[in-house]
Amino acid sequence: MKHTVSRITALALTGAVGMGMTACGGGNGGSGNVTKDNIKIGLICLHDDNSTYDANFIKAMDEAKKNLGLKDNQIIIKTNVPENSECKEAAVDLADQGCNIIFADSFGHESYILEAAEQFPDVQFCHATGTLAHTEKKENFQDAFASIYEGRYLAGIAAGLKLNEMIDDGKITPDQAVMGYVGAFTYAEVISGYTSFYLGAKSVCPSVTMQVQFTGSWYDETAEKEAATTLINKGCVLISQHADSMGAPTACENAGVPNVSYNGSTKDACPNTFIVSSRINWAPYYEFAINSVLDGKDIPYDWTGSLSTGSVLLTDVNEQAAAPGTQEAINAAMEDLKSGKVHVFDTACFTMGGDQLSTYIADVDTDAEYKGDTEAIKDGFFHESEYRSAPYFDLRIDGITLLNDMY
Amino acid sequence: MAAETKHKSTVKEPLFHIAKRDSIAWQKAWLIRIAAILLALVFSGLVSYLLTKENPLSIYATMFDGAFGTERRVWNLMQSLAMLLCVSVAVTPAFKMRFWNIGAEGQVLAGGLATAACMILCGNKLPSPVLLLVMLIASVAAGALWAFIPAFFRAHWQTNETLFTLMMNYIAIQLVSFFVYKWSVPKGSGQVGIINRATRAGWLPVLGNYEYLLNILIVLIVTFTMFVYLKYSKHGYEITVVGESENTARYIGIPVKKVIIRTMLISGAVCGIAGFLLVSGTDHTISRDTAGGRGFTAIMVSWLAKFNPMLMVLTSFLLVFLDKGASQVSTRLGLNKSFSDIITGIIIFFIIGCEFFIQYKVQFREKEAKTS
Repeated sequence: MKHTVSRITALALTGAVGMGMTACGGGNGGSGNVTKDNIKIGLICLHDDNSTYDANFIKAMDEAKKNLGLKDNQIIIKTNVPENSECKEAAVDLADQGCNIIFADSFGHESYILEAAEQFPDVQFCHATGTLAHTEKKENFQDAFASIYEGRYLAGIAAGLKLNEMIDDGKITPDQAVMGYVGAFTYAEVISGYTSFYLGAKSVCPSVTMQVQFTGSWYDETAEKEAATTLINKGCVLISQHADSMGAPTACENAGVPNVSYNGSTKDACPNTFIVSSRINWAPYYEFAINSVLDGKDIPYDWTGSLSTGSVLLTDVNEQAAAPGTQEAINAAMEDLKSGKVHVFDTACFTMGGDQLSTYIADVDTDAEYKGDTEAIKDGFFHESEYRSAPYFDLRIDGITLLNDMY
Repeated sequence: MAAETKHKSTVKEPLFHIAKRDSIAWQKAWLIRIAAILLALVFSGLVSYLLTKENPLSIYATMFDGAFGTERRVWNLMQSLAMLLCVSVAVTPAFKMRFWNIGAEGQVLAGGLATAACMILCGNKLPSPVLLLVMLIASVAAGALWAFIPAFFRAHWQTNETLFTLMMNYIAIQLVSFFVYKWSVPKGSGQVGIINRATRAGWLPVLGNYEYLLNILIVLIVTFTMFVYLKYSKHGYEITVVGESENTARYIGIPVKKVIIRTMLISGAVCGIAGFLLVSGTDHTISRDTAGGRGFTAIMVSWLAKFNPMLMVLTSFLLVFLDKGASQVSTRLGLNKSFSDIITGIIIFFIIGCEFFIQYKVQFREKEAKTS
């Protein structure tokens, strides 16, 4: 028995060493002339296309590939990469395989991507939703996000119009215009998201209020479904969510409650209740970053996509569930946002404890003490995603009730 | 008519029947195992071909590439192997005692949480060697505590250890979630991030340029020690006897309660070490995924190796290889996780299935001797 074991182990080890040697030198990460024909791109995803969040990144990479005229074998996508040292291993493995630029899609990947960036100074690492790049100041490590709060605001308008329709039809009184929101964590990205959604609804339906239920996870289908059901049972007449599974939309479809979705259309699964969805299109950022590498240009520490760059998108309105005139109202508001006539976080449009705000020191630079460091209110509105790409709006405004904190 | 009556009297013997083997030569057992692996490869190749129209050989080559393709991948494989092995070795003494400890996941998390707590709370207050020692003691104690609770209840009140240890997992996961939220950077993000990234306080030192070498060495020492402990020590003998029959153990004067509690303490303590290695030596963070399901996979590893720590090197290698290989196949073919799960599932099915043929033999009906 012992002999067999040692023989097999020896065999395995020889194989390992042999392969290890032959494969060395395969990587050309960071070598001089990067052209459209030899550039290699890596993408690291937390889950795979079963998650609406990751599917959104994968689809965008496909789009960028087509727009830039790249070949299939120039893009390597690693899925189901957890937020621990395996993320670093995935990133350096991509660099070993000769990737010139590597994207990662999940917030928790950031510090591991940063470690990989230190190991491979010639490879560009671009991290979506992160917060560290502008303080780390590394030439090959960047963050990116999009002004998705504008998209949520527009989606909120669709929600507000739906509430108005219910009020006009006598289904609910103005006081009963209560929306429910399923959130992941009590975190700035989520707070910014639901607040902009609420303000969008409020801009057309002044009596609206909102209840928020947190799940404590970015992806937990059961918990999201349960949270949505809880909100519906509490009397919420419309639901939206900031979490990545089909849990909340499915619960809405089962209960016949209208749903404003996120990350992409859920119309196929929820034909009767899906109104509209906002999503970030990452393709413009991919194209920008890849072109920067090709041209040998720097990529900024923070890149914030917007309605104008095509990074913030709304799906088509589902006429079957939405109130009439929704598309027109969204289009009009979109023009106002683009031109700067309207600001989502206009201090005239929300209060805290009954008071209007004139100053707020936001926590833009990440540190363990969670101290505010940057004045974010200027010219009558909160400047979201300007001092860094990831959202930092974390105010708890009037009209929104948190049913549970954190989770 | 005449023929029918003639046959009526004879009872029809089935085509084959199954009988338990009294013993089997080890060569034969390994032959069956190797045959099972080969069959599994053929079958999974066939399934992959039907699903993807890819040449099965190139799929095997891709799997091999995913596990051994670069020097880094080999190290990575050994690191993953070491971590799975450590947890597998940890559950073994309990399993050998027929104490169904399915709480390794929670025990590893408890150890990891204790390690992370030390790194965060005393990270920059203690000199490095002292800090590492404190972390190790804390993680061993936390893992042992997590195992002690169900063992104590089982020893004294005959509670069901399977349910108890399973439930302890959920408590550990919720505790970790709570602290992750409390320690999260930035606030509320639900992520601790890399702890002490600037100072590296409480990070297991790197030997030479090999990031995971120390982890691997520690696990090898633990594995070898456990092998010796189970095989040659009096404790190991007691564990075996209690596992075979508690009544026999009592009859020959083995203090059963004491053995149960002591063994589970050891099991939990080694899980604690695994938690320590995962947090201090690998991830430098804590999350509810720190144990990553190893607590459950370890059961299979330990069982397949017949509770022999040395053989576990092989069985955990097999599972880690499958995992790395299958995920490389998914990456190359642009498939999602379901595909690698299918392939892994097929191979494990065959390997577990072959144990049946090692335990039992199939006897075919002998060709009927011609009458008269």
